[in-house]
Amino acid sequence: MRNINRRAALAVGAGAVTLTVVGWSQGAQAAAKEAADEVAKFTGGKEATKGKITIELPEIAENGNTVPLTVSVDAPMTAENYVSDVLVVSEGNPNPGVVTFHFTPMSGKAEAQTRIRLAATQNIVVVAKTSGGEFFTAQKQVKVTIGGCGG
Amino acid sequence: MAEKPRLKLPKEAKKGEIIEIKTLMPHIMESGQRKDKDGKTIPRKIINNFTAEFNGKPVFSASIDPAVAANPYMQFTAKVEESGTFKFSWTDDDGSVTTAEEKITVA
Repeated sequence: MRNINRRAALAVGAGAVTLTVVGWSQGAQAAAKEAADEVAKFTGGKEATKGKITIELPEIAENGNTVPLTVSVDAPMTAENYVSDVLVVSEGNPNPGVVTFHFTPMSGKAEAQTRIRLAATQNIVVVAKTSGGEFFTAQKQVKVTIGGCGG
Repeated sequence: MAEKPRLKLPKEAKKGEIIEIKTLMPHIMESGQRKDKDGKTIPRKIINNFTAEFNGKPVFSASIDPAVAANPYMQFTAKVEESGTFKFSWTDDDGSVTTAEEKITVA
């Protein structure tokens, strides 16, 4: 009797784990798609070239409630050609939007730092737009120990 | 929103220098994702926009989503060619705007 109960409990336990994993991966896929949609809205469907962008994030964020993020774009900042907008999106938060930085030639550098919330281990995608209509992109994975979106 | 924003930038700079500016606005940044103890969603209330101007011209701004952490921190740079005043503003979801100013002497 005791044995059967234990087996039943194990079966239920295993089922629950499977459900959780499936649910999570579907959620993650949906979030990645939403992030891609956000990027497409920003670029107007134009292809973004990989490179020119440096994303500084901790490899492992112990507390997802406040994670330092620095983004810099290696591009000229002159009146003729400058980085005008930098979009930051999340592939693993409840909503893809994180922040969009807007620069002008008076910024001097296309570089900004803020602190962000991360719900889970995920990719952060950055897309930069120049005044000449060029797009650059980069992404970085960050592992999160304790998620930071409440709940 | 009686709390005052914190600013850190040099008082003096050389003409053409790129200076670093740090700002922090005390704010809960309620994400709209959290639930209270009765299971009701706590409504979103965040700072959704930040701007920095120098002598009336835009230097830097940020469109902010709930994924920015509480007490939104923004660090960025500005190229200064003349003496003048930086003006910073933070816009709350409720429409209220907090502003702060800082002067810099450029020689």
